[in-house]
Amino acid sequence: MTELSLHRGISAHRINAMILRYWYLLMSSWPRLLELLYWPALQVITWGFIQLYIAQNANFFARAGGTLIGAVILWDILFRGQLGFSISFLEEMWARNIGNLMMSPLKPIEFLLALMVMSLIRLAIGVIPMTLLALFLFHFNFYSLGLPLIAFFCNLIFTSWAVGIFVSGLVLRNGLGAESIVWTLMFAIMPLACIYYPVSVLPGWLQIVAWTLPPTYVFEGMRALLIDHSFRADLMLDALVINAGLLAASFWAFLALLRSAKKNGSLLSSGE
Amino acid sequence: MTENDKASSRLTVADRTPSAAIEVDHLVKDYKQTRAVDGISFSIARGSITGLLGGNGAGKTTTIAMIMGLVLPTSGRVRVLGHRMPEESADVLGRMNFESPYVDMPMRLTVRQNLTIFGKLYAVKDLTARIAQLAGDLDLNEFLDRANGKLSAGQKTRVALAKALINQPELLLLDEPTASLDPDTADWVRAHLEAYRKAHNATILLASHNMLEVERLCDRVIIMKRGRIEDDDTPDAIMARYNRATLEEVFLDVARGRSNGAAREVVR
Repeated sequence: MTELSLHRGISAHRINAMILRYWYLLMSSWPRLLELLYWPALQVITWGFIQLYIAQNANFFARAGGTLIGAVILWDILFRGQLGFSISFLEEMWARNIGNLMMSPLKPIEFLLALMVMSLIRLAIGVIPMTLLALFLFHFNFYSLGLPLIAFFCNLIFTSWAVGIFVSGLVLRNGLGAESIVWTLMFAIMPLACIYYPVSVLPGWLQIVAWTLPPTYVFEGMRALLIDHSFRADLMLDALVINAGLLAASFWAFLALLRSAKKNGSLLSSGE
Repeated sequence: MTENDKASSRLTVADRTPSAAIEVDHLVKDYKQTRAVDGISFSIARGSITGLLGGNGAGKTTTIAMIMGLVLPTSGRVRVLGHRMPEESADVLGRMNFESPYVDMPMRLTVRQNLTIFGKLYAVKDLTARIAQLAGDLDLNEFLDRANGKLSAGQKTRVALAKALINQPELLLLDEPTASLDPDTADWVRAHLEAYRKAHNATILLASHNMLEVERLCDRVIIMKRGRIEDDDTPDAIMARYNRATLEEVFLDVARGRSNGAAREVVR
């Protein structure tokens, strides 16, 4: 598995093999399944009640029903999408299986594609029940966002994959000592992505930074939809362009980090 | 000219044939300030079993890792089954396999699930039959549906060997294949490796600390020390050169810095 083999044929058979590997793992471990469900459920319940409380006491939030619950669900798509990608990767590090994979005909692009599919599967297991809870407990129908939801989802999942690819490369290069980055990097962009408040709240110079992040466009777009009832296609297109750049950069970084790992021999000692 | 240079030049001229399974040419690996492999060259004929001997830190694992493409050399070249590594690894990885104590197989997955996944990665045809065959050959049937993490060390080694043989590799790289095994299981693994080599004319390169294993299995022994090749010949020729009855005694001579000439002096 080398970076140079990247441009040869991609095998769906090998991608399926890797998806099957993670599926076997999920099905063999109820704590792993439970973990996918319980945190998103807690999130939506907590923020749902906050939304109810604020709506009862503030006229603006009463009109903009669902902005907090909508935001927390979209944030979970972003965060859980990245975790779904990265945890599947970490499973290989924890199992000391990465050497077996690197020595097999599996190519980096196939490995990453399998991780992307797994992030979608894990996301579906966690987020679909979350949206149903929001519907039954707080009468917020997430799917009533309609077609714009597809644009929101795609942009968030692309960002989550870009971050997931990059942090996986860091762990590959630096070993499990870098594992904490997997869990925390997404939180670094949380304040700038303006999940619960509009970009205009930020100081001018920070707004410039915020607009470099695709999730900022999505959360602004969500507020425009829920508050002003207008779909901002321009925001989604801008986010898509930035995401394309981020994905390309993260893939390049992954290959560079893989090469660096091969240079310093860290694939043989993937511990701390 | 050092022993290492003599061995290198002898091998580069005599053994570099198109039929070589592995060709290593002036291979160097530096880790920051440490030179792990220091300009070694050798060539391994197809269908042979070669032992890579040496103490801890001799450079055996790094050498094997560079042959596999898991570690990039600082300089020098590696060709495996006629292809440059790592540049052309896509052409060759499906035709080789390995077993190493530095890797494990997923613990929560059953033996059958693990073999299924690796079989699919290696595009093994008629995978169910291949797994059944390996289960029979390596005596895995009893625990084929048990999680890998619940197996004994000996059982895990047999499963790792099954994974290494799943694609019927032309080239098998083994790093300490019988480490931590009881003598009975270790002997059983050796017998299986010999049988596999004969049946498939496979090439095997194994790194080991077990001198009896190397004496029994290998047509040829490459002794490494501090990243260089100290000696390279058949086990019998090396023992004769050092005037020793076992490879273990030769190993001690090398490890303690006695050259083959000095070793003879000690004997006299």
